[in-house]
Parts: sequence; C-alpha cells; structure tokens
Amino acid sequence: MTFLGHVITGLSLGSIYAIIALGYTMVYGIAKMLNFAHGDVIMVGAYICFIFVMNLGLPPLLGIIIAMAVCTVLGIIIERLAYKPLRSVPSLAVLITAIGVSYFLQNAAQLIWGASPKSFPTTFFNFGGNQGFTLFEGQLNVNYAAIVTICICVIIMIALTIFTSKSKMGKAMRACSEDKNAARLMGINVDKTISVTFAIGSALAAVAGVLMCSTYPTLMPTTGSLPGIKAFTAAVFGGIGSIPGAFLGGILLGLIETFTKAYITTDLSDAIVFAVLIVVLIVKPAGLLGKYRPEKV
Amino acid sequence: MIKNMSKASRSGLINYGIVIVVFIIVKILMGAGAMSNMLQSLLIPACCYIVMAISLNLTVGVLGELSLGHAGFMSLGAFSGIIAATALQTAIPFPALRLLIAIIIGAIFGGIGGVIVGVPVLRLRGDYLAIVTLAFGEIIKNIITVLYIGIDANGLHIATKQSNLNLLEDGIAIVKGPMGAVGVSKISTFTAGFILVIVTLIIVQNLVNSRQGRAIQALRDNRIAAESVGISVTKYKLMAFVTSAALAGAAGALFGLNFSSTGAVRFDFNTSILVLVFVVLGGLGNIRGSIIAAAVLYILPEMLRSLNINEYRMLIYAVILIIVMLVSNNPQLKALFGKIIPKRRKGDAEIV
Repeated sequence: MTFLGHVITGLSLGSIYAIIALGYTMVYGIAKMLNFAHGDVIMVGAYICFIFVMNLGLPPLLGIIIAMAVCTVLGIIIERLAYKPLRSVPSLAVLITAIGVSYFLQNAAQLIWGASPKSFPTTFFNFGGNQGFTLFEGQLNVNYAAIVTICICVIIMIALTIFTSKSKMGKAMRACSEDKNAARLMGINVDKTISVTFAIGSALAAVAGVLMCSTYPTLMPTTGSLPGIKAFTAAVFGGIGSIPGAFLGGILLGLIETFTKAYITTDLSDAIVFAVLIVVLIVKPAGLLGKYRPEKV
Repeated sequence: MIKNMSKASRSGLINYGIVIVVFIIVKILMGAGAMSNMLQSLLIPACCYIVMAISLNLTVGVLGELSLGHAGFMSLGAFSGIIAATALQTAIPFPALRLLIAIIIGAIFGGIGGVIVGVPVLRLRGDYLAIVTLAFGEIIKNIITVLYIGIDANGLHIATKQSNLNLLEDGIAIVKGPMGAVGVSKISTFTAGFILVIVTLIIVQNLVNSRQGRAIQALRDNRIAAESVGISVTKYKLMAFVTSAALAGAAGALFGLNFSSTGAVRFDFNTSILVLVFVVLGGLGNIRGSIIAAAVLYILPEMLRSLNINEYRMLIYAVILIIVMLVSNNPQLKALFGKIIPKRRKGDAEIV
C-alpha cells in the first residue's frame, strides 16, 4: 500500500513538472529560446492566487482563474518588452535577457510581498470538509490535492493536443515551429502566434504554481526557480519541443524523484534525478520522444 | 618589435598590460590606505570571477558550446583545494606554497570533472549540452552537501554522516555536509589572485592563437567542414573543455581559501549564470571583454550595496541587464554606432 501511495505522490509531483515543462517546451518549439523566467512566472501565479484567496476571501477556483489571467498578461508583456526586440539576434543574447527577466521578477516579488515565506493554505482543495480520503480500510491516505493535480494535468494535456492539432492557431504554432519564414509566406502572423504561445505557457505556469503550492505549501520569491530548472530538465528529458515528450518527461521525473526519496536516499534525490537525465541523453541524444534531425551538409 | 607582431598577439599583450597596470594601481591605493576594507575584501573574489569568465569564454566563445554548470567545476576545485590545504597545514608551514599546491590540486580535480562531463558532451549539441552541464553542476552541489570529510593521522575519511567519520582524537572534520567547509585558514592573497589571472591569460591566449586553438575555432564555425579537413572533433573539444574546467577549478581553490567557511550552495546554478552573464556582456570570444565585464559587474552590485538603495539593488541590476541586452542588440543603434565608429571588426562577437 505504501508503494501505491508513492505512485500517487510521484504522479502528482510529475503532473506539476509536466505542466511547467509544457510551457517550456511550447515556447522553445516556437521561439527557439530557453525561457528561464518561466519558473518565476509560476511563483507570481502562486502569489496572485494566495493574495486573492487568503486576503480577499475569494473561492479557490476564482483565485486560480485570476492568477491565470494575470500571468497571461504578464507573459505577453514580458514577450513584448524583453523578447520581441531580440527575435533575430543570437539565442545566447535572448537567454541572458530571460535571466534578467527572471532576476527582475524574483526581486520585484521580494519587494512587493517580502522575503519571508508565506504558508499556502493546505486546505486549498477540500470537498465536504475533508482534505483527502482513505482507501483499503485506512491503509492508504489520498489527498484531494494530488488527485486534482493529476486530473488537471491530464485535462491540460488532452486540451493542448486537440488545440495544436485541430485549431487554426494551433496549426499556425506547429507551422511556426517547423519553419518561421515559410509560415510567414503562407500568411501566418508569426508575431501574434509567438505571443499566443507565451500567453498559453504563462497561464499554464499559473496553474502549476497554484497546484504546486497547494501540495508543497511554502511560498517565497525563489519558490519557482528549482521546480523551473527541474521542469526544464523534464522537457529536455522527453525531447524539447515535443508536447507529449514534456508530459512523459515530467511524469517520469516526478516518479523517479519520489521513488528515490522513498527507497534510496532523500539527501541525494536531486543528484540521482539529474544523473538519470544525463544517462538518458547519452543514450538518446534528442530526448525520449524528440526527433533526431541528422545534419545536412 | 611590437609593430611586426600579429594583431592577435598585440591584443594579447594589451590584456597583460591592463591587468598589470590595474594590479599596480590597486597595490598603490592599498599602500596609501585609500581603499575601504569592503573594497579590499572584493579583490580576491573579483580575481576568481575574472578567471572564471576567461575560462568560460574558452568554452562558450571559442569552442561555441553553451555551458550552464561552470560553477560545478569551481566547486570541485574549491573543496579539493580546501582539503589539500588543510591536510598539508602541518607538513608545509609556508602559506604561499600551500596555496600553490591547493590551486594545482583544484585545477586537477576541475580537469577530471571536465573529462567526466566532456565525454558525454561530445555526443550532444546545443541546448542538450547546456542541460548536461546544468545537471552536472546540480549533482556536484548535491553530493558535496551530503559529504562529511575529515582527516587524521590515518589519512582522509569520507562518510555521509558525521558519526561515521571515525576520526582519531587529533583529527579535524574539514567538510561538514550542509555546512560545507568550516574553519578554513584564509591563505588566499590578492597577489596570488593576480598571478592566477596572468597565468590564465597566458594559457588561454596561447591556446587560442595556436594551431590547436585555430582547430577549436574551426569546429565552432563549421563542425562538418572542420571534420572533413581532418580535425578531430573529440580531441579538440575535450582539449578546450578540460582546459576551461581546470582553470575554473584553480579559481575555485583560490575562492574557497579566501573564506573561513564555504558551503556547496555558494556554487549553484545562479553562480554559473552570473559568470555566463559576464562572458556574454563582455563579448563572446573576447578575452578583454570578459576581464572587464567580470571586474565591473562583480564589484558594481557590491558597491550598490553600500548606497541607500539596498532593497532595490538586484532589481536595478536586473533592469540594467535587460536594457544592456536590448540596446546592444538593437539594429538601429548598431547602425548608428557603426557610423560613428566605422572600424569595428566583424566576426568578433557574432558567433553562436
């Protein structure tokens, strides 16, 4: 039964990584940039939701929606001000700008909300006054937060897959990630498509932030950075640029981390997660589901 | 004589000149008592960051591979250097010689780390390589955080718990897990930092302007073309990567021996990024740029600390960083500067 418990914990942690990794991978697929500020958008989303739910007493669901809206706007503003002027320059310059944005968000959050950690309400997801339920005559405790997280992740995954394969904007996104110039010639508004990608990625980051803080309830200005790095590795693990890859990578990363903590050692769990990543990349240099593109001369 | 030299070696000489002149000026200011204690305490770390920036420039600017884990090599060098210096405390009474040995050992361990990372690196390209170096940095940080290392008459003891160290009575615990290395005797000096910068410059500039250096740059510019004229990818990539890692290890040893306690968290992802910022702002492949950017950007935020705007310090730093990147990559402004300073050479910084 403890094994099943670890599986659920791992899946819920993996779902959080997967949602963040989806944001990374979509932005990378289209803008070909590593958006290091993504982790900090998660933190902003969690803070916004915290403020609206705790200080203004709104219902959690409304809090999540407001957080998504704010982060969407934030994502679009960041893209407009910091990344759009750099669209045609070397990717390293954009990377450094993204790092600048990340520092900016962290320090702005510290000025606005203070450096001391805020404790996110653990009773965020309760149904009928309970935080969870028990199975197998009390042998297995399941938190609603974990179930909600996994469900939301699956819903987002399905919605994104349908969106990118069926809708006009989704098709435009895939076209842009394939070849920007050709897409432009076909009458696709590339700038608008990139903005929409950032908007979706940031909205997902807000959801991830709220879900993460409802399971791991410490909220401070640097909350987003380590999950951000891990989700980034999850995206690479699954093959960066691939949406199913980000999902798979996130879930696997969460499971590996949870099992390492449960059965091997808690101290070295990060090292083992990253070591697995390195081994996978050595065996499959383009990630699990990434397409290996041979170079043409 | 200088007139007959190639452009590259003249530019190299200017770099040595700048470093030596700055060193002499700082020494004079120190002798005259014109430098505050705070500024003096920044000198050795600034030297370490200059070495870090030059060595990372070798990987990112000259070899053309993005590394996000340079602080990992620094960490290896710092802790191996600290252990070496502490172990030799009684055997070698001269701090300068002990520091030299510690720096060499730091460089060796950094180099070994470079080989370990460098081999898988050869199979990967671009952002995947960046992620492996990032992962390596995190692994090093994580492992050092759980290690307890002590020394006594029987030699080194390594364990994952303090109680398992089994030290004799005269033994000392050097590295104490999450606390890092404690009770380190501070033997780093500014002169040693200056010498390390000069040695780094000699190694990197001679490497870049040698046959091997040209091979490395050929790999960066066009790997397939370089391979087809018989340049071994494995050999030259490893050469650049390991040199870079070893120099970072040396810088780490100097850095570690400058503080009485050093935790592994000092060398985290943010440190790697900080050094990368120095390199990119200084200009890829531009050694002088790295030196200036590292010195200015390390000392500037610390100076801002003493002003009355401490809370806004990092916010201002972030805004400056973004604005500098936007302005320096703005095509209109570039064209404008191109008119004012028309002789700007092409190909210096436009490599990725």
